[in-house]
Amino acid sequence: MSQHSKTVPTSIDETLALLASGEYVAERSLATAVFLALRMQRPLFLEGEAGVGKTEIAKVLAGALGRRLIRLQCYEGLDIASAVYEWNYPRQMIEIRLTEAEGAASRDKLEKDIFSERFLIRRPLLQALEGPQGSPPVLLIDELDRTDEPFEAYLLEVLSDFQVTIPEIGTIKAAEPPIVVITSNRTREIHDAIKRRCLYHWVDYPSAERELEIVRRKVPGVAMQLSREVVAFVQQLRAVDLFKLPGVAETIDWSRALSALDRVALDPQAINDTLGVLLKYEDDIARVRGAPAAGLLEKAKAELPAA
Amino acid sequence: MTRVPAEGKLSQNVMHFAQALRRAGVAVGPDRVLDSLRALEVTGVARREDFYWTLASVFLSRREQFELFDQAFQLFWSSRLLPESAVAGLPLAAPSTGPDREAPPGRLADALGLTRKARLERESPRRADEAESAAGASQIEALRRRDFETMTTDELMQAKKLIAGLRLPIPAIGTRRLQPDSRGRFVDLRGTLRASLRGNADVILLRRRSHQHRHPPLVILCDISGSMSRYSRMFLHFTHAITNDRDRVHTFVFGTRLTNITRHLRHRDVDKALGAVSLAVADWSGGTRIGATLKEFNLRWSRRVLGQNAEVLLISDGLDRDAGLGLPQAMERLHKSCRKLIWLNPLLRFDGFEPKTTGVRLMLPHVDAFVPAHSVESLADLARFLAPAQQDQRRQ
Repeated sequence: MSQHSKTVPTSIDETLALLASGEYVAERSLATAVFLALRMQRPLFLEGEAGVGKTEIAKVLAGALGRRLIRLQCYEGLDIASAVYEWNYPRQMIEIRLTEAEGAASRDKLEKDIFSERFLIRRPLLQALEGPQGSPPVLLIDELDRTDEPFEAYLLEVLSDFQVTIPEIGTIKAAEPPIVVITSNRTREIHDAIKRRCLYHWVDYPSAERELEIVRRKVPGVAMQLSREVVAFVQQLRAVDLFKLPGVAETIDWSRALSALDRVALDPQAINDTLGVLLKYEDDIARVRGAPAAGLLEKAKAELPAA
Repeated sequence: MTRVPAEGKLSQNVMHFAQALRRAGVAVGPDRVLDSLRALEVTGVARREDFYWTLASVFLSRREQFELFDQAFQLFWSSRLLPESAVAGLPLAAPSTGPDREAPPGRLADALGLTRKARLERESPRRADEAESAAGASQIEALRRRDFETMTTDELMQAKKLIAGLRLPIPAIGTRRLQPDSRGRFVDLRGTLRASLRGNADVILLRRRSHQHRHPPLVILCDISGSMSRYSRMFLHFTHAITNDRDRVHTFVFGTRLTNITRHLRHRDVDKALGAVSLAVADWSGGTRIGATLKEFNLRWSRRVLGQNAEVLLISDGLDRDAGLGLPQAMERLHKSCRKLIWLNPLLRFDGFEPKTTGVRLMLPHVDAFVPAHSVESLADLARFLAPAQQDQRRQ
């Protein structure tokens, strides 16, 4: 907010550069969707497996554009009181007692007083609508699939008109719509009515080349040879029938772990010791540990260009 | 950046493209066409790639549609096929096709009007429908098919009545959402304050709230192998009734492979719904590979449909052609991923029940409730078996 807020990019190439300035290596397809969302002032709906960098986009956008990031983490039973606004009941009660102690105030006036903005607690959605002039915040609605349908229906109003209605006060409308990023891990299907109001993008696992660039940027200290092998191995691993495939986040973590162990190249022993960083299900680990991992490593190394 | 004229050949072609997508089964409403034109004004059409992704981000709303979109795009926006090469200002570079691109499915080519047949059909849409369903039928001709007899009106009435009284052994569970309730556990401060201002008593009466209760999502896995064939029609009627009775029901059938039939069951009319199922499923009355199909379910679907405390109703007789290969692991994973796993077994009687077959022996340790439904021939029998008293609760 207090930082200098930048204007939104005017082309897809600028969007790519903007994301790169926040250390986010994006495919051109993703940059197109981001650019459109910014220019058309539409929410961006990102779906994809866990750990492919959906949430990160909102953070990078906020950082690179110098905007405030407002995050709404969704969970089951999320209601208006914790997502939009709530009245400050203790203060209201004290106010009532004070007014009564002072003597005759009319009930109408009292009601108007205690349901005024002074007693309003603003939750993320309302905060996002009341951003500063000229630099609306980035609103991240994270893991929307964790909420239930009633909240989704409520969100519909907010996302189509960028306004919320508080019965006691009236309608609050955003002067300028916030930049909205919605993410979903697809643990259930989000209703089409929401998707229709958004620009949709499926975030896939990155190509080997791009993943290598991501690792190079995020873990600068790691040896070149090691990062190449790590990426090649993970790419091989994604072809295996696993319950949970490793995401980019896992690749980064694994690179960090190996470099913390002072490894400069991959060997079967190192893989077996650190497999828990990459795979999070016991069945998957049991499946890969030992000979299969060695086989995958051999294949990965064979595909690497002689360095 | 190239400006896109609001009224021009390009916008017309985008409209035609949207119509083609619609015919191919991707729901693209008129609002999205307008959106796409606005989006194209923003991104411009200087690069084919940008043009592609702009249309994708506006037209698509789920990942499954992507393949169809990709093929439709390559077909539609290549110069040869566009009438009078009408794409003003659009660069028609060689399509960035991957090496292993598959040939477009017949349905898509028809939708794009690339075949003579399609052109004929456009004049008489009803014939197109017939052609499509016939094509769908011939594709699975080689595999075994099963036709459902249509229900008589009497039967239908009776079934409806029974289903109305049918109670699944799945109680509603408390959600985290609250509702007003005079005897609730939680104080509703907002309601209390408002009420206290409205009345003029000196005593403030507390308003209360309690947790809402709601049916958990239900996933039905129904065995349709040969040994189950006597029952499968009835169970499908049953699942159709549940699907239309409550929200959040997903239905899969399995024999040698797994098929998601949730969408097919959403037809209001039971015969139409079951007709659609009959066409969609390719492995009626074949063998059963319970381990392999459950594993496939775990890999591909469990994370998508078992969120939010889903319960699983497994309808199977436990007779496995693969002699239990991979079955314990798949069952264990399934059991751990859902809130409750209920196994409805139509074959075995509870009295003197012995877990003899390999499949049954391997599956039994991993279920929360076992509902033996011996000789279920009708919905009436099923209703009787699902009555709560009959259950063997085996929660460890």
